[in-house]
Amino acid sequence: MKTIISVVLSGLLASFLASAQAQEVPPDVLVKNVTTEVVELITKDKEIRSGNRAKLIQVIEARVLPHFNFSSMTALAVGQNWSKATPEQKKRLVEEFKTLLVRTYASALAAYSEQRFDYRPLRARPTDTDVIVNVRVIQSGAQPVPIDYSMEKTAAGWKVYDVMVGGVSLVANYRTEFNATVREAGIEGLIRNLQVKNRSLAAPPPAEKK
Amino acid sequence: MTLSRALSLPLRTLSLLLALAGGCATTEDRDPRDPLEPMNRAIYRFNEVADEWVAVPVASAYRNVLHEQIRSRIRNFFANLGDLWIGVNDVLQGKFFDGFEDGMRFVFNSTFGLFGLHDVASDMGIEKRDEDFGQTLGRWGVGDGPYLILPILSSSTLRDTVGWGVDIFVGDPVGEFRPIALRNSAYALRLVNRRADLLDASKILEQAALDKYVFQRDAYLQRRRNQIYDGNPPREPREPREPDEPPEKEPAKAPAPPPAEDQPAKPR
Repeated sequence: MKTIISVVLSGLLASFLASAQAQEVPPDVLVKNVTTEVVELITKDKEIRSGNRAKLIQVIEARVLPHFNFSSMTALAVGQNWSKATPEQKKRLVEEFKTLLVRTYASALAAYSEQRFDYRPLRARPTDTDVIVNVRVIQSGAQPVPIDYSMEKTAAGWKVYDVMVGGVSLVANYRTEFNATVREAGIEGLIRNLQVKNRSLAAPPPAEKK
Repeated sequence: MTLSRALSLPLRTLSLLLALAGGCATTEDRDPRDPLEPMNRAIYRFNEVADEWVAVPVASAYRNVLHEQIRSRIRNFFANLGDLWIGVNDVLQGKFFDGFEDGMRFVFNSTFGLFGLHDVASDMGIEKRDEDFGQTLGRWGVGDGPYLILPILSSSTLRDTVGWGVDIFVGDPVGEFRPIALRNSAYALRLVNRRADLLDASKILEQAALDKYVFQRDAYLQRRRNQIYDGNPPREPREPREPDEPPEKEPAKAPAPPPAEDQPAKPR
């Protein structure tokens, strides 16, 4: 089950890599480069190893975030209610959802412990603009856990818009929750819930600024 | 060990659960996959407390005391015993070659792997599979049935509860361990090892979810579906990708309500 974690984390890793470079890099190579880079970084950094969450989050923001399309992700997670949100609400939703995912990623990465990654060949045509990149996390005594990155081609390179861990789509998983919240409390209610959640995460665990 | 005994427990549990749930059904909009939500949430709360006060402390202590090397031997040992039943399920699903491979895993790991302590088969390229009787039933066309939270065991569905009963009473070699004290210790060790493996994951769940109950339920149902199709479930209809378009037109959830919800929920 640690694999789940490493899975999630490799997701963030995936989005690594300088974005300038990203434009030319095919999606599977991008995922591999970013994953390798982030794993190396976090396993070597003593501060991160010893639990410096703030630093880990910085790493994620700098290296991983540029490869995610958060407005796509948020729109998909909010589902049919997205059209009911004003542009200003959309902006706040994206911001809060991003914060939540980054923190979650950080915990996943922090739990990484030497799992190996198996990068699967990309099954796509060169003309495709929407592909799934498969990676598997290998661990003894357990079935390999697949991590699938749904990626789309944009003007700024390939961007991840969903991550599936062991067949569980992050976006689809949030959709049920978000739907229920919007039904009860409206878009504002959802934004408020996300804010409360993010604030509670910022407070208790090890020293963290922001 | 008899089949009737194997089936009677889940069925009895189920009828009890259904009886309980009938009393607290309300008309408020509810996920059609989870008609028993109020009862499930009650059991979930109980499980949370038991987990926080018993399972997590025990599993954390276990993880702190035993080095990962040793824990992974223990994990491998039980995983190896499980491969036989996994093979049976592969065969029951018509995947004969997979079943053969699972059998080979058992043979290699039990011998070269020293009673399963080492997973040499994986190193040889015969990967571990994940099958259970709930998946076999799913493969045979049995639907999920209502989502259930079982005491202690947590997420399940009606189908998976029945499947689990068969796994435990028919397909679990640990159940054959004698004397009984040894068997019970093995059960306990397996459970603690499993919970210890899940410590990080459960922390992440805690962080990720707005409503843990809902998050866990959806993840469980998605995951089971993926397992039943061995990682290649039929694709869901694709949603438009433009962030500013309404991504989906169909109502939140359309699928037919599960059979257990035949009679309309009683208003109150």
